[in-house]
Amino acid sequence: MESTIQTAPETEAGIMLPVLEREKLILQGRSYHWITARVCGVLENRQPLIWWLLFIPCALIATIGVGGGLFHLVSTGVGIWGNTNRVMWGWPIVNFVFWIGIGHAGTLISAILFLTRQNWRTSINRAAEAMTIFAVICAGIFPAFHIGRVWFAWFLAPVPNANGIWQNFKSPLLWDVFAVSTYFTISLIFWFLGMVPDLATIRDRCKPGLRKMLYGIFALGWRGGNRQWSHYEMAYLLLAALATPLVLSVHSVVSFDFATSVVPGWHTTIFPPYFVAGAIFGGFAMVLTIMVPARFIYGLQDLITMKHIDNMAKIILLTGTIVGYAYLMELFVAFYSGGIYEMAAFRFRIAGPFGWAYMVMMFCNVISPQLFWFRACRENLWVVMGVAMCVNVGMWFERFVIIVCTLTRGWLPGDWKTYSPSPEDLLLFMGTIGLFLGLFMLFLRFLPCINIAEVKWTLPESDPHHDDPRNHPDPGVTAEPAYQLETALAESGYQKFKTQLSQKPQSVSPKP
Amino acid sequence: MSTTRKRVYGYLAEFRSASALYQAAEKLRDAGFRKWDCYSPYPIHGLDGAMGMKRSILPWFVFFGGMTGTATAFTLAYVTQVVIYPTVVQAKPANIFTTPAFFPIMFELTVLFAGITALFGLLALIQLPRLNHPLFASHQFHRVTDDGFFIAIEARDPQFSPIQTRDLLAEIGGNHIELVEED
Repeated sequence: MESTIQTAPETEAGIMLPVLEREKLILQGRSYHWITARVCGVLENRQPLIWWLLFIPCALIATIGVGGGLFHLVSTGVGIWGNTNRVMWGWPIVNFVFWIGIGHAGTLISAILFLTRQNWRTSINRAAEAMTIFAVICAGIFPAFHIGRVWFAWFLAPVPNANGIWQNFKSPLLWDVFAVSTYFTISLIFWFLGMVPDLATIRDRCKPGLRKMLYGIFALGWRGGNRQWSHYEMAYLLLAALATPLVLSVHSVVSFDFATSVVPGWHTTIFPPYFVAGAIFGGFAMVLTIMVPARFIYGLQDLITMKHIDNMAKIILLTGTIVGYAYLMELFVAFYSGGIYEMAAFRFRIAGPFGWAYMVMMFCNVISPQLFWFRACRENLWVVMGVAMCVNVGMWFERFVIIVCTLTRGWLPGDWKTYSPSPEDLLLFMGTIGLFLGLFMLFLRFLPCINIAEVKWTLPESDPHHDDPRNHPDPGVTAEPAYQLETALAESGYQKFKTQLSQKPQSVSPKP
Repeated sequence: MSTTRKRVYGYLAEFRSASALYQAAEKLRDAGFRKWDCYSPYPIHGLDGAMGMKRSILPWFVFFGGMTGTATAFTLAYVTQVVIYPTVVQAKPANIFTTPAFFPIMFELTVLFAGITALFGLLALIQLPRLNHPLFASHQFHRVTDDGFFIAIEARDPQFSPIQTRDLLAEIGGNHIELVEED
């Protein structure tokens, strides 16, 4: 891309330092109205054929897998699952940790990148937050039914049971209940609150009728006055500040389920950071998996640009490398500890009957993201999609390795069992994939998939001082001579001067 | 045609751009208006100062909401684990020294209560939800959520005058000035 010399707007007085031009977040100088029309068009126009071709199978898989699978499970009993022996956590908890991890990228994009002022997040945060909500819904199914008698799920809530026994607040499993339910609630509030101005946009574009009324109810009567925006922005900032430690805590607490036990291979202090990095890693891969196709189907290339994909690929590279470091450090600590059980646990993981799963995990999570060191790979969407799919698979196998490999070898040889999932396990997992994708398709159909208000905010003309010549000298041609002149004046010993620009700055007018 | 007189809500004027809105807001602030607002499709940074508005008090609500959460979680955990039903598991004590085991839940409930307070505190401060508003009767106000920048001065402002306010809005760059009436 071309890089013209610009001057930093802050240096109004004194010497203006040349800075490199920032890469545009929205391409082709699109106007406010274009953004509104394009994003609202996704849900106002007829859905393309591909939407139906994807939605109908997803809905069927979800109905059969989740609806039918759970009906069969509850009416028969959890004995139909594969976890009837010592591997009692089995697939359900593998799937729970997998789905809850997927959600973390959404909160990372919406909260942490907001606090660090990464404006590129605005194009992808809505979809990523939606993904969080749907992933947590899928995750919640597994522990709720894994308890065996689902009608006793209320035992998890902090109320005493019929014998007056209270929950054990010192148990990581109860911490998990609080962490996941808080995470779901806060993510939902964050998602909904962020959507209110955009729902108002859709409301204002609708013809009067039921549709306008429904969008109007959820838009809460939003008017976009600055006396509203001021409080709204504060609320958004506070929620971001609350969600940031929350997202780090959720997967830490999930990892406590493992780390606070005295099981070799689980009882390590590296687990919380390792799980959090893995969750962000897997979540970003899922964002790419669903956003790259959606971007093409709905023609959102000017809003979700190659820069966004490039940034996400870099985050996958970073977190993938952290995860790789954690895998190797785990092995090193097992070796360095000298503990025979610890060493045996890791030897079993690599060289035992599930060694292939370990190799799949290593290849998908550590080796495949290394392609993103190369710009050509980050710019080729086939490679990006391929690596994202690899990571999705690899992160599932990571949880499989951690849970199944460890539980098949207990302390006593009498506990040593093998494990294989039952068809019902498979059915329910496929069902949650269908549920997740189906909910996402409905989201694309009914809700604004890009944060319209925040994307508008990132346009250059949204700055109220944008056309003030004192603050923004003309980029390029006139700024460079001005800079040279000022440097020369400063070198000659002048201290107080101001350069008048010879040319009137050209304002960047948006294309219609 | 109806002969009943409608109540006037105020004047609504459209502005060309975010910077035009910003400069107009500074002038209205200096003219001493109180009951008025700037409407835009996205939050304009620095407009709070240009309108002479104070910082939002929402953080105080959220702080006390969060503290309530911390206290709730500690009370719930301590009373049930130490007072009502002491359980000795994993060699963890059933007295005040078991408090560190309650920290995760204290943290989660702090965030939960603070987040819920942020939502409802915000709705209270911006006086939403409401079903209708006089401005929605305007034929141009629907553009505010698309690409329109507006200023509305309410008739209940002590400085409001049907002629002078209209002229002032035109003078500071307002277009399509419209008298908005309540239904």
